[in-house]
Amino acid sequence: MSPPVITAKSLTKKYKEFAAVDGISFEVAPGESFGLLGPNGAGKSTTMRMVGAVSTRTSGDLSILGLDPNEHGPEVRSQLGVVPQQDNLDMELRVRDNLIVYGRYFGLSHAQCGRKADELLEFAQLTDRAKAKVDDLSGGMKRRLTIARSLMNDPRILLLDEPTTGLDPQARHILWDRLFRLKEQGTTLVLTTHYMDEAEQLCDRLVVVDKGRIMAEGAPADLIKQYSTREVVEVRFGSDRNADVARRLAGVGERLEVLPDRILIYSEDGDAELALIAEMGLEPITSLVRRSSLEDVFLRLTGRSLIE
Amino acid sequence: MTAVTEPFAAEAAGRALAGGVKPRRYGSWYVAEHRIRGMRSYLKTLLVTSVGNPLVYLFALGVGLASLIDKNLGPNGFNGVSYLAFVAPALLATAAVTVAAEECTYPIMMGFKWNPIFFGMNAAPITGNQIVNGVFISVLVRIIPTCVIYFLVMLLFGAVPSPWGALTILVATFTGLSVGLVIAAYTSRIVDDKGQMAMIMRFGITPMFLFSGTFFPLSQMPIFLQWIGWISPLWHGTQLGRVLSYGAVEPAWLSALHVLYPAALCVWGWTTTQRVVTRRLNK
Ligand SMILES: Nc1ncnc2c1ncn2[C@@H]1O[C@H](COP(=O)(O)OP(=O)(O)O)[C@@H](O)[C@H]1O
Ligand SMILES: [Mg+2]
Repeated sequence: MSPPVITAKSLTKKYKEFAAVDGISFEVAPGESFGLLGPNGAGKSTTMRMVGAVSTRTSGDLSILGLDPNEHGPEVRSQLGVVPQQDNLDMELRVRDNLIVYGRYFGLSHAQCGRKADELLEFAQLTDRAKAKVDDLSGGMKRRLTIARSLMNDPRILLLDEPTTGLDPQARHILWDRLFRLKEQGTTLVLTTHYMDEAEQLCDRLVVVDKGRIMAEGAPADLIKQYSTREVVEVRFGSDRNADVARRLAGVGERLEVLPDRILIYSEDGDAELALIAEMGLEPITSLVRRSSLEDVFLRLTGRSLIE
Repeated sequence: MTAVTEPFAAEAAGRALAGGVKPRRYGSWYVAEHRIRGMRSYLKTLLVTSVGNPLVYLFALGVGLASLIDKNLGPNGFNGVSYLAFVAPALLATAAVTVAAEECTYPIMMGFKWNPIFFGMNAAPITGNQIVNGVFISVLVRIIPTCVIYFLVMLLFGAVPSPWGALTILVATFTGLSVGLVIAAYTSRIVDDKGQMAMIMRFGITPMFLFSGTFFPLSQMPIFLQWIGWISPLWHGTQLGRVLSYGAVEPAWLSALHVLYPAALCVWGWTTTQRVVTRRLNK
């Protein structure tokens, strides 16, 4: 086993008294695709800024490629590709020029920058937009350009903070496809998301974070196995009746989760539970059986949903 | 696959250490290069204003107003020279100050907010100090050609009696920089735009322009307004420019002060801006 490329031990960031990141520990192996899944405000971006060697930690240990970012910020950053939550492309420059100036920051020659920029425009499917103004790009294109920019220095580790938030489904799928390719090529990915489908798609392993702490860690499938059942039945009785019906459903399935608009019944066999509900004479307005997801894991761990 | 071929941590660290060498050494220049590339899109406007400005000012003041004044006071009646020669070094320094003020207001605030490229640079191996250096280098890249063009137009109008006059280019550049750096020390900490930029122009640059001995000697101003000149880098730059361009007479200690005072402002502005920018980047 080669040593981890990132090691965080009791990593903490406080803003005044408030701990945005509250003692988290994790390791990322080379070539791995590692995720931080958590709701807004969980401390994902703060963690990414510390790992990205731009934000000084309050306490704890952090090692990136064997170096302490406090002492070797520029050296660490020379090996990273960063896709921040908020795009910070230069609106005053054209698409290709954005890549060129960025490559220069790593000490690449103009010739190297030009070659790499053309190659990455191809990769990001933006070749025909090379001379466009950044302002004229769609959200998805800007995001792809930011990813292209992050690859100018052939990074050892690619940090992606909510890469697809705010994009429409089609743009997301194009982006996922690009990230899959990088993953196949062996790039180490560290990404944050509050989309459980994104985490399931892209991450080999992830930590579930909430309020600056790690709630669970593992491969998506293992987490689901450990914290949830195979299937989930979602039934709706109307918001005024849900709580009432829930009382009568006690004992159905392995576990119940009552949300304002629906009841979730955790079970190995969803159809059997549905049949049972019908036998009891309860008639849900809508019902559906689905496989468990990371959303259910999060709900189980925190009692809240990931989004909202 | 990669997990097997991945070299040992020592080698990864070694590569990182090597990767930091060039950015640490040349990072400031990369930032300047980036900003100069950004200026290319409005290069034409820059050229037109830096040629048009001196033409208009020197013509209006130097030819229009000067002919009136010289008629009354005689051709060398103003401080021993023509009014045109008197006012030209002041206008040159003012041009430098205007460009510096322009480049040190919006572009610096923007870099954090509307077009937050400073965060992008910092995510690459560029430090906050280098970002500030690069911005200031690019400010110089705008001031110097502006001053050179201005000076050439001054020559054209016959407004530079002394051969030492060419040095006014340096003096004006330095004056502009000192004002720019002080402004940057302030604008770099602005988080919300509440019209501070307009305030700087209205209550900083404009009064400075009017009360720095630009159009008439400071000594002719009411005594209670003369302090504005003394604290104004523009006055110091203008006076030193006059010494060089037509041999205006003043004590040596005063000439030394004309250099030391703006120099002190430069050092203060530069280091303060660096400190503020570095702090803001480290969230
Ligand atoms: N610069 C800052 N100053 C003060 N509080 C901050 C700062 N950055 C983040 N926070 C707070 O830290 C918490 C975690 O933020 P963040 O890391 O952005 O979460 P996430 O990316 O998971 O949504 C939030 O409550 C946020 O308000
Ligand atoms: Mg975030």
